[in-house]
Amino acid sequence: MEDRKRVKRPRGVAQLISGKCIACGARCQSSCPKDAIEMNEKGEPIIIIANCIGCRKCLKVCPVDALEIYLTPEEQKILAELAAQKKVAAVEEAPEVIEEEAALLVKLKEYRGVWVFVEQTAGEPAGVSWELLGVGADLARARKEELCSVVIGDHVEHLCQESFVFGASKAYLIDDPVFRRYLTEPYYKAICYLVRKYKPEIMLVGATGLGRDLAGAVATELQTGLTADCTGLAIDDRGFLLQTRPAFGGNIMATILTEGTRPQMATVRPHVMPLPAKDSSRKGKIVREMVPFQEADIAVKVLEVIDERKAGEVDVAAADIIVSGGRGMRAKENFSLLQELADELGGVVGSSRGAVEAGWMPAERQVGQTGKTVRPKLYIACGISGAIQHLVGMQDSDVIVAINIDKNAPIFEVATYGIVGDVLKIVPSLTQRVKELRAKGVEFMVERH
Amino acid sequence: MRIIVPLKQVPDMNQVKFDVEGGRVDRSSAGVEINPFDLHALEAAIQIKENKGGNVTAISMGPRRAESSLRDALARGADNAVLLEDRKFAGADTLATSYTIAGAIQKLGAFDLIICGEKTVDGDTGQVGPEIAEHLNIPHIAYVSWLEVSGETIVARCEMGGRAYTVESAFPVLLTVTKDVNVPRLPGFRNKITARKAAVEIWGTRELSGFADISRCGVRGSPTRVHRVIIPSEENRKGMIFRNTIDEAIAEIADNLLSRLN
Ligand SMILES: Cc1cc2nc3c(=O)[nH]c(=O)nc-3n(C[C@H](O)[C@H](O)[C@H](O)COP(=O)(O)OP(=O)(O)OC[C@H]3O[C@@H](n4cnc5c(N)ncnc54)[C@H](O)[C@@H]3O)c2cc1C
Repeated sequence: MEDRKRVKRPRGVAQLISGKCIACGARCQSSCPKDAIEMNEKGEPIIIIANCIGCRKCLKVCPVDALEIYLTPEEQKILAELAAQKKVAAVEEAPEVIEEEAALLVKLKEYRGVWVFVEQTAGEPAGVSWELLGVGADLARARKEELCSVVIGDHVEHLCQESFVFGASKAYLIDDPVFRRYLTEPYYKAICYLVRKYKPEIMLVGATGLGRDLAGAVATELQTGLTADCTGLAIDDRGFLLQTRPAFGGNIMATILTEGTRPQMATVRPHVMPLPAKDSSRKGKIVREMVPFQEADIAVKVLEVIDERKAGEVDVAAADIIVSGGRGMRAKENFSLLQELADELGGVVGSSRGAVEAGWMPAERQVGQTGKTVRPKLYIACGISGAIQHLVGMQDSDVIVAINIDKNAPIFEVATYGIVGDVLKIVPSLTQRVKELRAKGVEFMVERH
Repeated sequence: MRIIVPLKQVPDMNQVKFDVEGGRVDRSSAGVEINPFDLHALEAAIQIKENKGGNVTAISMGPRRAESSLRDALARGADNAVLLEDRKFAGADTLATSYTIAGAIQKLGAFDLIICGEKTVDGDTGQVGPEIAEHLNIPHIAYVSWLEVSGETIVARCEMGGRAYTVESAFPVLLTVTKDVNVPRLPGFRNKITARKAAVEIWGTRELSGFADISRCGVRGSPTRVHRVIIPSEENRKGMIFRNTIDEAIAEIADNLLSRLN
């Protein structure tokens, strides 16, 4: 009896590594099964050693590895002896944790393949769906699984073939008049039905208004994890989806995992991922399914749909060249200077929130966290200070030109070319120069694929 | 008409400090406010109450200091306020957050309408509203920019992807509203004074027992886990800065760069 007790493996207690906690919001405290963690007013944990059983749950949930297990010298000695006797490995999980994980892995193995939801309105696809097939193909390759598209709508079969051209090898299709106009309920029910039947491991949805609405409903019904607005997607060495997204207006980047549930769901904003190459010779398999519910059960009814896309309305997110203006433009009239430059270059005029709030530009032209994300070949920022909320929307542009009178403006930190000076003088000179070049036959218009 | 407005206290994003070296977010440096989008939700609720009668309950989940945002909501015209505060609610992702709030709404009893802001300025996901509706198994209408309550139904205009859908739903229903739906009022001075003394109910796991399963709240109930957090140092493009040689700059940009774009 005595003997056995002495061999018991010491687990130690959790302790905070000083200076590492980022006050993430008390995840460690919430995960503790023994109420062994209190938070101080800075939002950092205080471990109540008397209650801690060394279960490591807090270590696992900490996003910055700010917690470790503390072992007294005696405990370390016992561990070393045990390890020498090969009774236990030096760092070992509590047995119940290992069991939990093994059972989980069996459950997760049933889910296979990468799915991309093909968003469409009246049969017209949203470009973000094809962008997602590009990153989806990389993920599918890393998992050695197939890439599938999910097409739901009325008269939308042509989108299956289009998805093959962009890289899918299979398309799940539910084609029925009930899906003529978007409503959350029929769409999410159809997707949940497909997911339960075919069990995909990963599901990607565009972070458009419709996509966010739909993905939230699907994830709730399936009780699985959903990460919004990912800017990076990759597979880790355990085969899990690493979902990286900006938080706090892009000031921090968080990598998120969905470990215990499937599918792993993520949304990605338009123009964040590059469009994959088209291959018109590619074919795939269409899997047809029936509507899995009664139309009469749908609670919300559509009374009317108005197409609000005004003819010729500018979509800054789709442009290859953007000339953007901020509060430094001084007045609404001065935006005509930007329009002239944009016209010469074959680009469009964008704006900061400062200029939108001043009433100089309509909200749909706004670039940034609460506006559009853009990644054009050329972004010219005129009289824009470069607040972080603006930068997150445009810093992936290939070339950035910044014109600002203040040499310390943060926009210069992301600029390829910076000009310190008065935008109202510089822009007309630049336009003039471009005009001259065009007269010589240089063409700036860039075709988008 | 019984209306519930879930709202979130967020840091004033212009004041949060980020320490790149230490990888820390210093929230204590920033003031807090009601998520701006939620003010539109609250205003919509109060307008319906003024026209049709009824009452408005504001509900928030967060640390104790979020009580101040609920008092603000009371000062703007909400009738009751509930704060969901418990260490077991901490670290929740959108699924666990919406589950906990849905549990509290069930405890509040029968309701007709839930109105949320379209998204928050800190999390920026726009998921919690639609997720609450799913947990409660009621329909929802997202991105509402105009609405009208008429007798047995609500007619709302919802804007998505360049199209406006006019839709109709019976009650109960959940809406998420955009900032176009109204202009939120400011709290009156007198109301501020009364709100300071008004009672904000605090509910924890004990109060929610029977309405929410604790294993589905907080970190435990969150299928997503933050694996790593980094504060990126600002990308330095090592660009060329022109100061006194503006003509040169224009030549450089126009001649080299622009022709290179082809
Ligand atoms: C939650 C949240 C979300 C936000 N989302 C966005 C977003 O999506 N997009 C966005 O843009 N902002 C957003 N903002 C606002 C952002 O923080 C800034 O306030 C905004 O970007 C500033 O706009 P601005 O650069 O035009 O104006 P300012 O910051 O006022 O900058 C004007 C600049 O013009 C320069 N200038 C003045 N005169 C001249 C001249 N004659 N010639 C050259 N330069 C001149 C000045 O030096 C200054 O740098 C958000 C803020 C918050 C809190």
